[in-house]
Amino acid sequence: MSTPASGLAQIGKSVVIKGELSGSEDLYLDGQVEGSIALKGNSLTVGPNGQVKASIDAKGVVVQGRLEGNIQASDRVDLRKSATVTGDITAQRISIEEGAFLKGKVDIHRSDGK
Amino acid sequence: MSSVSQTFMKLFRGSSGPETVPAQGSPKLTRRSSGLGELSRSWESAENLCVLDLGSTSPANIRHFTEHGHRIYSEDLLTASTDPELLTKDEQGNAILDSRKFLADNLVYPAAHFDVVFCWNLPDYLHESLVKPVVGRLWSVLKPGGMLLAFFHTRDAGPDSPCHRFHIIGADTLEMQKIVLRREARRGPTGAVHTAISDGFQLQRVFNNRHIENLFRDFASIKFFLARDNVREVLVVR
Repeated sequence: MSTPASGLAQIGKSVVIKGELSGSEDLYLDGQVEGSIALKGNSLTVGPNGQVKASIDAKGVVVQGRLEGNIQASDRVDLRKSATVTGDITAQRISIEEGAFLKGKVDIHRSDGK
Repeated sequence: MSSVSQTFMKLFRGSSGPETVPAQGSPKLTRRSSGLGELSRSWESAENLCVLDLGSTSPANIRHFTEHGHRIYSEDLLTASTDPELLTKDEQGNAILDSRKFLADNLVYPAAHFDVVFCWNLPDYLHESLVKPVVGRLWSVLKPGGMLLAFFHTRDAGPDSPCHRFHIIGADTLEMQKIVLRREARRGPTGAVHTAISDGFQLQRVFNNRHIENLFRDFASIKFFLARDNVREVLVVR
């Protein structure tokens, strides 16, 4: 499992947040979040202990934990083998490791219009 | 054939539920699929197809369709059918699964939404009480002219035929991987650690041709392809 780099905004596994989360830096989320997450131009990582019930709008998204909600990524989405995702994914690229669970749609929209 | 209660007594009702994984170290088998080949030819020049894959999450299948510009939905119905909250009893007191609750939580899509549905071997391994309701729902979410591909074991396959997941690796080629349910230790809400164990999915029944035709009687057409590995591939059109 990847660990957050130093200097990265972090939400630890004991933290519970309900509401709208937004920011202009990368975020590592290992706690519980319910609501919406907007990190346009930045990346979100849901850590292995992360439990998220939220819509996500970010540049890149990496999921190692549990996510219920739609993902809108302007670049890439990565579902690691421990990921459990229920929701629709729209991105330019996607990578899904063997063992990841997805219930939802995958829609790839490339920037060249294809 | 496994009983519903035996299956569920072995499953832990944890915060995430059981997850299917391929058997570690089991060889991946490659098989040609006439049904898939016919489907591939039908969508050769198609754009923006809407596809539903009812097997366990397959990176290969998602990649295959998204690389061709299509949308794909992934929904593992077999795993969903192991939810302990579905367990109920019929008028005779027999253990069955609540098909209404199952369809309230699964296969929730607009009518006439999909161009293609991959059922794989789902009808062979799904509990009896869910098969017809699921097929009925699939009819409604398929577009008119939409196609569904399903695999049925023949009697020669034997009662212990393992459940596989299928990965599309070519226009008419599949990779098969045996499925087992994962043994997991989870901490429940009280803090106690529970372990889920399972024998994996068991073949529930063997359909004959008449049963299959009856199952898909609301569809416009049905085509059978008999394969050498004791599997009958069925392609139906709404």
